[in-house]
Amino acid sequence: MKNSDRIFGLVVILLALAYIASALQIESSFLSDPVGPRLFPLAIGGLSILAALSLVLRPDAGPDWPDLRTFARLGVALAVMVAYAYALMPYGFLIPTALAAGLLSYQIAPRPLAAALTGICLSAGLFILFKYALGLGLFALPRAWMG
Amino acid sequence: MDTLSNLAMGFGVALSPFTLMLSVIGCFLGTIIGALPGLGPSNGVAILIPLAFTLGLDATSALVLLTSVYYGAMYGGRISSILLNIPGDEPALMTTLDGYPMAKQGRAADALVLSGVASFIGGLLATLGLIIMAPLLASVAYLFGPAEYFGLYLLAFCTLGGMSSNNQAKAALAALIGLAIATIGLDNTSSMPRFTFGNMHLMDGVDFLVAIVGLFAIAEVFFFIETHGRDSAIGVKLGKITVPWRDIWKSSGTMLRSSVIGFFAGVLPGAGASLGSFLAYMVEKSISKDKASFGKGNPRGVAAPEAGNNAAAGGALVPMLTLGIPGSGTTAVLLALLMTLNIQPGPLLFSEKPQVVWGLIASLLIANVVLLVMNVPMVRIFVKILMVPPRILLPGITMISFLGIYSLSGGYFDLVLLIAFGVLGYVLRKLDVPTVPVIMGILLGGHMEDALRRGMVISDGDWTYLFSSPIAIGFWVAAIGGFIAPMFLRTVLKKPQRNLIDVED
Repeated sequence: MKNSDRIFGLVVILLALAYIASALQIESSFLSDPVGPRLFPLAIGGLSILAALSLVLRPDAGPDWPDLRTFARLGVALAVMVAYAYALMPYGFLIPTALAAGLLSYQIAPRPLAAALTGICLSAGLFILFKYALGLGLFALPRAWMG
Repeated sequence: MDTLSNLAMGFGVALSPFTLMLSVIGCFLGTIIGALPGLGPSNGVAILIPLAFTLGLDATSALVLLTSVYYGAMYGGRISSILLNIPGDEPALMTTLDGYPMAKQGRAADALVLSGVASFIGGLLATLGLIIMAPLLASVAYLFGPAEYFGLYLLAFCTLGGMSSNNQAKAALAALIGLAIATIGLDNTSSMPRFTFGNMHLMDGVDFLVAIVGLFAIAEVFFFIETHGRDSAIGVKLGKITVPWRDIWKSSGTMLRSSVIGFFAGVLPGAGASLGSFLAYMVEKSISKDKASFGKGNPRGVAAPEAGNNAAAGGALVPMLTLGIPGSGTTAVLLALLMTLNIQPGPLLFSEKPQVVWGLIASLLIANVVLLVMNVPMVRIFVKILMVPPRILLPGITMISFLGIYSLSGGYFDLVLLIAFGVLGYVLRKLDVPTVPVIMGILLGGHMEDALRRGMVISDGDWTYLFSSPIAIGFWVAAIGGFIAPMFLRTVLKKPQRNLIDVED
């Protein structure tokens, strides 16, 4: 199972090519120095391709990737986090935090009641901590409800 | 003596009631962070940086708080190593080898006290080493120009890469990924936007705090979900805590030797505390008369890695403060803190902001004493905290990480970036690509490019300028050697596997 490193190497090469292409587009300004803004990125891109090529040619043994079910749980956790990032501003602190913390807790130990309790307690506790002890400007409830 | 008067001034700063309180809080939090498996010192310090800003702490206070956390985490790591056979953080890995067998023989309390004392000795000697070495190194570094700095940055990347991975190509790629991320945003010299793709949020570049918390803390959450968050049930009983004077006396030589080894391992750029504890243990084992007892609960096998890793933690502060080059993942995070506070570490720090440096050093000495008290008589409190199940702990850490980053920028963009770095960290660690060089690349990339371009302006584009002084040439040679040597030393330096005794029995 050496494919993981090979795929990683190929992805890095593609990204490095894109990076180099983008670096060539950087505009020079009239304030020029002997090196200019392009050379350092170009060197990084070039060296990355070299390192990635060596990975493609001489890969290590691959890691044990988790099975599909674990991947699904990781996917859920990822989706929860992304949704949380977008929900925090418009929907206030308490509800998104309770939902996100509860769902993450459920991903670690699938006990619905315990997870729900964890979510609610964490949400309330962190709100008090951040709002009153640390003075962060948080909205408790959805903006729409507050009028 | 100049040093003594500086130190006296430092104590003047550190002994104010507020700073003292921050130091105690930092030590307490740090020990918890170190003790909890899956929340190492770099994670812990990274999560706490945004909180230090929300509290509106000034530079000295923030630094005192977070370095206390840093020292505390080094103490805390041993608790779960000894009681659970799970290293609380990476440097504590070596402590599991003899600590857990000792605990299984019913000597858990002895092991905890002994390792606490060893940590104290290591931390104390390293802080004294820092007091002696840092000003010396600063006076040398005073002479460095752009060519020397460019060579030094290269050296840091090469030695770090050499030490932190089993495959040089992967270590190099990690550093290059970091450097590439550092080029995003406005170019320092010409103010032209680079790699922003017209996105306003990217104009200022990628905030390194976002990258650090993502790569460390959020990635850790993914790992925890993957491993089902093994329940951390305490397998051994902790009896009455007494001081094992005989063991402490017998391993006093071990502690001194290990502290010296650890300190110098820490000073090497990029090596850090893991190497310190590893070397200390291996040396102690190789000079011991009964090698067979190592790994079976030899008290010296507990004292050596703990003295070694705490000494390395102090040693790693030397290059961080004097050169601006972190010696480990956690000092990289501390460097990020300094940079966010607009303090540029380096030789000038010692002459321009002596109250910051010496206040920090004094509070390290204080933190060490506080930690000895917390970790020997009061160790039970931390054992209780270890019993918090991961299904509460992990969501808590995630939410605190999110809020910390949210408090910095107040927008969703950095939160999405945070998650992206979390995914990147997970994938990289899965592929055995080290993440610390990525952080170093992001932190130092700008400086490295500036050094190169300033050098070229000075020499009017003459490339031989980079090799124009003996010091610069020395750095280049050491960098190349540091990158190549581990390929040959790998068989010698192979990390021992954790002893996987079943925790349940």
